Amino acid sequence: MATLTPKTPEYTKPSPIAGLNDALKRQILSLQSYSYLVGDALAKMFSAPRYPEDVLEQMDAIGVGSLPIILLTGFFIGGVMVLNTAAQFQRFGETALTGDTVAIALVRELGPTIAGLLVTGRNGSGIASELGSMVVTEQVDAMRALGTDPVRKLVVPRLIATVLTLPLLTAVADLVGLIGGYIVAHFTLGLSAVEFWNRAIQALAFGDLVMGLAKPVVFAIIIATVACFYGLRTRGGTQGVGRATTTAVVVASVAILVSDFFLGKLLLYWFVS
Amino acid sequence: MAAKPTIDNTPGEPLIRFEDVSIGFDEGEVLRGISFEVVPGETKVILGESGSGKTVLLKVAAGLLRPQSGRVVVMGHDLTEMKEVDLLDFRRRIGFVFQEGALFDSLNVADNVSFRLREESVAIEETEPRVREALRFVEMEDAYDKFPDELSGGMRRRVSIARALIDQPPIVYYDSPTGGLDPVTSQTIITLILRLRDLNGVTSLLATHRLQDAFGLANFAFDSKSDRVVPIWEDGKGRQFSPTNFLVLRDAQVYFQGETQELLKSADPYLREFLS
Ligand SMILES: Nc1ncnc2c1ncn2[C@@H]1O[C@H](COP(=O)(O)OP(=O)(O)OP(=O)(O)O)[C@@H](O)[C@H]1O
Ligand SMILES: [Mg+2]
Repeated sequence: MATLTPKTPEYTKPSPIAGLNDALKRQILSLQSYSYLVGDALAKMFSAPRYPEDVLEQMDAIGVGSLPIILLTGFFIGGVMVLNTAAQFQRFGETALTGDTVAIALVRELGPTIAGLLVTGRNGSGIASELGSMVVTEQVDAMRALGTDPVRKLVVPRLIATVLTLPLLTAVADLVGLIGGYIVAHFTLGLSAVEFWNRAIQALAFGDLVMGLAKPVVFAIIIATVACFYGLRTRGGTQGVGRATTTAVVVASVAILVSDFFLGKLLLYWFVS
Repeated sequence: MAAKPTIDNTPGEPLIRFEDVSIGFDEGEVLRGISFEVVPGETKVILGESGSGKTVLLKVAAGLLRPQSGRVVVMGHDLTEMKEVDLLDFRRRIGFVFQEGALFDSLNVADNVSFRLREESVAIEETEPRVREALRFVEMEDAYDKFPDELSGGMRRRVSIARALIDQPPIVYYDSPTGGLDPVTSQTIITLILRLRDLNGVTSLLATHRLQDAFGLANFAFDSKSDRVVPIWEDGKGRQFSPTNFLVLRDAQVYFQGETQELLKSADPYLREFLS
């Protein structure tokens, strides 16, 4: 009796393991090309040709452009902090400590993160979508065809501009945050200017200032390079530009918060303890 | 910084040579085993349907994309072995007209055209007349300080040609220079390309899916004496070779390669359909 064995065509079901493997491989590959871009951009920061006009233009877009929202959010963050903590301090009769709390929290933590996240949303997205549209309209290829290195002409000026302006924006956020805190403290707790500012300034140690300035430098490098990276690898038309922008903002924001934790740990260990 | 590459091309040698070039992306192979040569003064017309890999081929020829295998030799330089830094220098010697023009939309027309000169730090006094001359050549002088989004598609294409020409490169790649343009504007562009070929002796690769353009290039020449386009049989009898050759891409491979007459006489059904 002849057994009928149906000849099944060679059909390989896409196994979940293989899919995971592929996804993992892609992640590692993009991490690799990201690191390559960062290294390349950092190296090219220190050699000619440079584009100072582009740096200034970007500083204007990032610094001056972000100033209003930094002023506004900084002020209200400081205010709301006092609002929330005032009751507690009142309960323990230590209202004078308000200045300390606001100063330390703002300088160490809130100022850098708020400024970083705002600049990510405002300029990180702008950079990613601008470079993304340049890629899909072949302007980046045209630049390379004209003999200009897009990393030098596009990435490096944005990196320098962000690294120079984010610490300044952070300082502004810290300052207006303290002012906001003071105003609220004055009206809810009846603190005098001398009481508040004395405590606030004395609370800050050298380590806090280092932390408050080191963080925005690192955040700036993250924002500029992540935005440029996703912008430059945009694929697939206008839709791709939208996707690149969203990914850049999400990745940069998460990277800022994660690195904030580790930087905080490291800097606290070095300077404060 | 690497020295500026020169045309160290031995006379009689092809200016552009593809040897068994293959390139693919995640979605599959785009070019497979492509070989051809372009001699100085020749215009190679790359024909193929949309998505057949014409743009990819031109980008490989400019070193903008690296093939997975094979060799690309242009002006005596093996592009596949060059580093990106050297390729940047090398590309200053060629002109590239992109499919949609690819003008920098944050710069005005003059800054677009003078981009390469400014990169080379040419003095302003020298830049301006050269930009005006290039714009006059493409009959776009009026657009000097306009921005790309104020121009029509055909005007953008012409500015893009001016930008590619500013340094008078011996080789120009045209990517679908008439794509999406009306017949009259297309004819203007083709006339420009003819002038460059016949007055400046530019060697070129030209991708298109419009046969009218291809035959316009094959059958006409630009006569400098009368300053107009003339049919080639009145003028081109003494040529050693036909300046226009064809290469048809299909399914990632070279489907046909040869002169105009061969293409026209071919009995191949695919070519016949393409020609009709
Ligand atoms: N950078 C890239 N990444 C992935 N795939 C690409 C890339 N560039 C081109 N391709 C693919 O290569 C194929 C050929 O594209 P190409 O742009 O060369 O076609 P074309 O002949 O120029 O078409 P058209 O006449 O429409 O311009 C397409 O399938 C395209 O999706
Ligand atoms: Mg194309």
